[in-house]
Amino acid sequence: MDRRDFLKHLGWVISSGGILGGLSADAWAKMLNKTYDTTKHYYGMGIDIDKCIGCGRCMQACKTENAVPAVPYYFRTWVERYVIKTDRTVSVNTLNSDEPGDVLVEKDVLRSFFVPKLCNQCDHPPCVQVCPVGATFKTDDGVILVDSKRCIGCRYCIQACPYGARYLNPETRVADKCTFCYHRLVKGLLPVCVEVCPKQARVFGDMKSIASPLGRFTRMNKIHVLKPSLNTDPKVYYANLDGEVN
Amino acid sequence: MEAAQNFMELSKQVVGFIYPNEIDIQWSILIVVYPYITGLVAGAFILASLVKVFNVKELQPTYRLAMLTALAFMLIAPLPLQLHLGRPERSYEMFMTPNLTSAMAMFGFVYLWYLMLVLLLEIYFEYRRDMIVWSSESTGPKKWALKLLSLFSTDISEKAVAFDKKTVKIITIIGIPSAFLLHGYVGFIFGSIKANPWWSSVMMPVVFLFSAIVSGIAMVMLLYMIIIPLRDGKIDMKCLDRVASFLFYAVIVDFSIEVLDFIHRLYESEESIKILSQLVETKLFMSMVVLQILLGMLLPLGIMVVIKVFRLQEEVRKLLYFVCGLLIQLGIFSTRWNVVIGGQLFSKSFRGLTTYKMELMGIEGFLVALALLIIPFVILSILIKLLPPWKKGELAGS
Repeated sequence: MDRRDFLKHLGWVISSGGILGGLSADAWAKMLNKTYDTTKHYYGMGIDIDKCIGCGRCMQACKTENAVPAVPYYFRTWVERYVIKTDRTVSVNTLNSDEPGDVLVEKDVLRSFFVPKLCNQCDHPPCVQVCPVGATFKTDDGVILVDSKRCIGCRYCIQACPYGARYLNPETRVADKCTFCYHRLVKGLLPVCVEVCPKQARVFGDMKSIASPLGRFTRMNKIHVLKPSLNTDPKVYYANLDGEVN
Repeated sequence: MEAAQNFMELSKQVVGFIYPNEIDIQWSILIVVYPYITGLVAGAFILASLVKVFNVKELQPTYRLAMLTALAFMLIAPLPLQLHLGRPERSYEMFMTPNLTSAMAMFGFVYLWYLMLVLLLEIYFEYRRDMIVWSSESTGPKKWALKLLSLFSTDISEKAVAFDKKTVKIITIIGIPSAFLLHGYVGFIFGSIKANPWWSSVMMPVVFLFSAIVSGIAMVMLLYMIIIPLRDGKIDMKCLDRVASFLFYAVIVDFSIEVLDFIHRLYESEESIKILSQLVETKLFMSMVVLQILLGMLLPLGIMVVIKVFRLQEEVRKLLYFVCGLLIQLGIFSTRWNVVIGGQLFSKSFRGLTTYKMELMGIEGFLVALALLIIPFVILSILIKLLPPWKKGELAGS
């Protein structure tokens, strides 16, 4: 076998392997999908502030995965950068949003950290309460979704969301937001932001299972949620969250 | 590219930090127009009900005008909402599958109840006898229009007319709580949003209601002062003084409630107080402090006190009433603006302010809003042609 033949064969092997692999992944997903029972899960996400390095990969991956409009100001998930200075003033900006961040002198900085944000998938979701047509709803497995075929685009849910997690999609003219990558969940996959995080700052899991990564995360950390006084019962749990964050 | 440019332009005007999705103002000038219009409906109706239920005889010359004004504005009220929807073709979903926990879902039902059961029925019974008489006196399309509007009824016997009068009274009695419901409900849509401290207040429906009464009475007063001279009539000063008197009391109640709300917020001084103070001091200074409070509330209040204390001549009173009416309209429109737009100018992170750039031409732009404010007057002029609020003798002041 000369080198040319070898490369030819190698090409065949790789491509057929890829097809077979793809098929089996698909078959695996289908099998999972068939057995997927919404009542057996209840999803949540944990975020460890101390682990986030502000690389922004989650934001990019989310935009690609979910076809979020490319214009810079719509996000299903975004990362905020907090800088608390020695004079106790706080400066915040969103990563990648073309906002000029403060030029910092290190000795002026008391502490600084990144805060990934997304829809909190509240257990008492105000957006579901106010939707006039029931287009926004909570699934059995605890995810808040928008039925884009029913939404009338009144934007009451956007007003009702305390976390700024929703926007009106300029292409579909209906409300849009993070779904925990529901299309991936039902296939047994992780939300894409969790998958791409290089530091495992985001932990996803099933709250019905004590052995899930989220179960461990909530056991091992002191947990805080955003705006607890509003009684929305968020299912995005933060570890090492600073009191300045809201 | 345009979107990106738009973003750059807007982001330059952002002060502090806002959540990225907050750069868009969701509820535009059209949603300012909507509570303004429904407020006029509710207010005009309350004025009308003073005649029928509370027997304030001096106000009789404004009764029919007030009812027609309420109807003209009510017919347009759903339009700004419809035009502002992202998917207007789906608005019927609100009737088909209303979500019962949503304040907004009730809009269609409250609206239909008020339009069909209160306004149209009351106007029908109020005008039934006259429509039959007028249709017999006129010819051509007007005759048939009146016949149709009277639903082809022909009975003008005393018994039938007495029945009409009684029915009008009953409908008005049902109508008063309905008018309260209509506008209090609009206030509730805003007041029940706990995510927004500028809106979230139990006082919101009450503030909306009294500002509605103020704007409605002032609007009918203005229309009365404009239309009567146009029809070569004589303004009934007794009536005008009485309307202005009710307007004065309504303004005092409205002002007191708003001041109470303001003091309460300031005294409680919750988490949001810093950003809200900044909002009022910067972005809303003109529309709130100058237009709403100084020009739209305190100045007319002062003028009305002057009228009450000093016995001014008829002509001077008329002029001052007219100025008051205009200032109050300006003030109440600013109130709506400050609630709707103001409530969206600060970030829910309480760390920054954004800005609203009104379009001129677009469907949610200035021109459409202006058109929506003008159309009711066109409808009113047609209604007045078809269903004159005054008989010839009344116009002459007898």
